[in-house]
Amino acid sequence: MPDTVASPASRLHRPRPGPRVTRTTRILRGIAVVYVGLLVVLPVVVILYRTFKPGFGDFLEALTSPQSVHAFEMTAIVASSAVVINTIFGITVAILFARYRFWGRSLLSALVDLPVAVSPIVVGLALVLVFGPTGWFGPFLQHHGVTVIGAKPGMIIATVFVSVPLVARAVVPVLEVSGTEQEHAAASLGANPLTQLRRITLPTIRVALTYGVVLSVAHCIGEYGAVLVVSNNIEGQTETAPLRVGNLVENELNYNAAYAITVVLILIAFAAILVSSRIRRRTTQ
Amino acid sequence: MTLQLDAVPAAAAPPAAGTVTRASRSRPKSGLPLRPASAISLGVVVTWMSLVVLIPLAAVAATALDGGWNAFVDGITQPATAAALRLTIGLSIVVALINAAMGTLVAWVLVRGRFLGASIFEMVIDIPFALPTIVAGLVMLALYGGDSPIGITVVGTRTGLLVTLLFVTLPFTVRTVQPVLTDIGQDVEEAAASLGARPFAVFRRITLPQILPAVASGTVLSFARAIGEYGSVVLISSNLPFRTEIASSVIYGKLQDADQAARSTQQAAAIATILLVVSALVLILLGVIGRRTARHA
Repeated sequence: MPDTVASPASRLHRPRPGPRVTRTTRILRGIAVVYVGLLVVLPVVVILYRTFKPGFGDFLEALTSPQSVHAFEMTAIVASSAVVINTIFGITVAILFARYRFWGRSLLSALVDLPVAVSPIVVGLALVLVFGPTGWFGPFLQHHGVTVIGAKPGMIIATVFVSVPLVARAVVPVLEVSGTEQEHAAASLGANPLTQLRRITLPTIRVALTYGVVLSVAHCIGEYGAVLVVSNNIEGQTETAPLRVGNLVENELNYNAAYAITVVLILIAFAAILVSSRIRRRTTQ
Repeated sequence: MTLQLDAVPAAAAPPAAGTVTRASRSRPKSGLPLRPASAISLGVVVTWMSLVVLIPLAAVAATALDGGWNAFVDGITQPATAAALRLTIGLSIVVALINAAMGTLVAWVLVRGRFLGASIFEMVIDIPFALPTIVAGLVMLALYGGDSPIGITVVGTRTGLLVTLLFVTLPFTVRTVQPVLTDIGQDVEEAAASLGARPFAVFRRITLPQILPAVASGTVLSFARAIGEYGSVVLISSNLPFRTEIASSVIYGKLQDADQAARSTQQAAAIATILLVVSALVLILLGVIGRRTARHA
């Protein structure tokens, strides 16, 4: 039974071949495929078509414009910082949740889950109210020469906020199932906590951790609403790739350039799906 | 069998992107008491969560009530704001209900029997989760925008909002129902069918009761996501007050208002507080559903 609880993966058992395909099954299958096809596949195909219709040269040109390059650089900096923070934080939280009992554990657990249920715009607003120039900590931070809102720190915090639970939630079930015997054994043989973490805990959670990190990367690269609010959306300064897409459509009406950046983001998303479904399949087997 | 059902709550809430789980319920009650090193890391975690999540959210509520209760009520009852809140909540309910039906159907199709292209179909379900919200928005605009290649234009209409929200919330119900359907297996369904039950009766009497908690939590999750959605709908909605402007857009609009910055910020915080209260209720509801499932098992 443990392997059902175990995983980022348990949800994808390969369906067993069914005994017989009835007419009802066929009709329902048809409805499901048409629904998903019209809702998801058609729009994605259309955007790929519209991107490459003007030609591949235009596509490359749109991607190599200085603003686009800068936007991708910003995205890389913000997303990678947020993912590193989330990973360290996620592992720590997961170990605490899975291994220890302490007062307020379920409260902390609810707090870790809360961010995914909060509107990104509300996240942005909340951070501005605390770290903005007139916010609770704003004047103090400004006095010490730290600008949070309208700069990278705020964008990183916003990105961390919206993706807080992803790593922790992927790792907790695996740690719970694996138990603590191996750590105890290692400790009794004289391994210090750091060695235990490096030699036992990390290898145990490797697959789940990779899964959580992949989800986190995809999420952090794509964050729009929260980053929009805290970055002040300054072109050429705090513009990330998703913000650039929004600005190209809303302000510059330059659809072709927006499509080009969008396609790159779609490809990144596809890569994330492929990697995570691979991981799921491997852990199921 | 009991064991298997016990595992359902944990499996029913996969740690996928955007999925809210209440891990506390599936955890063993025991655990080690804190050691000094773990006590320090707990302190760091609590401080960090307070700084990044708790204090900012408290600031929203505090700012909303800055001018007293009346200012808060004024903030959310301005005609355009009230209309946006009504639209957001109403639309999210419709989206959640459609997802309950279609998501369950898609999950059932994925679990019961292989067919050509099933593994691709499986991956397609994840696309809406993996796409950045603004990309989802532009994808919908490219298909349903002013120069729509299929001749359907829904920019600036509530239909446009509905279709876009259905796109971004598709995976929630599918991914919560799918593992439960896999776990309960086909045996009982086949037994019922062999005794002469018609397919619909089998679904209603055998399958539905078992997957109902998962359907409920998937529905609640897609409701929560639809309430807060911004990036994906901003392009297609055109932000027409009283018609297609949603709550998140009103908040963003208020934040851009430099003339009466303090007042607008207070009003923005008031609307945000309503959304936060709805989020909190959603989390509580999910917890209740989870506990119910665990008890009945």
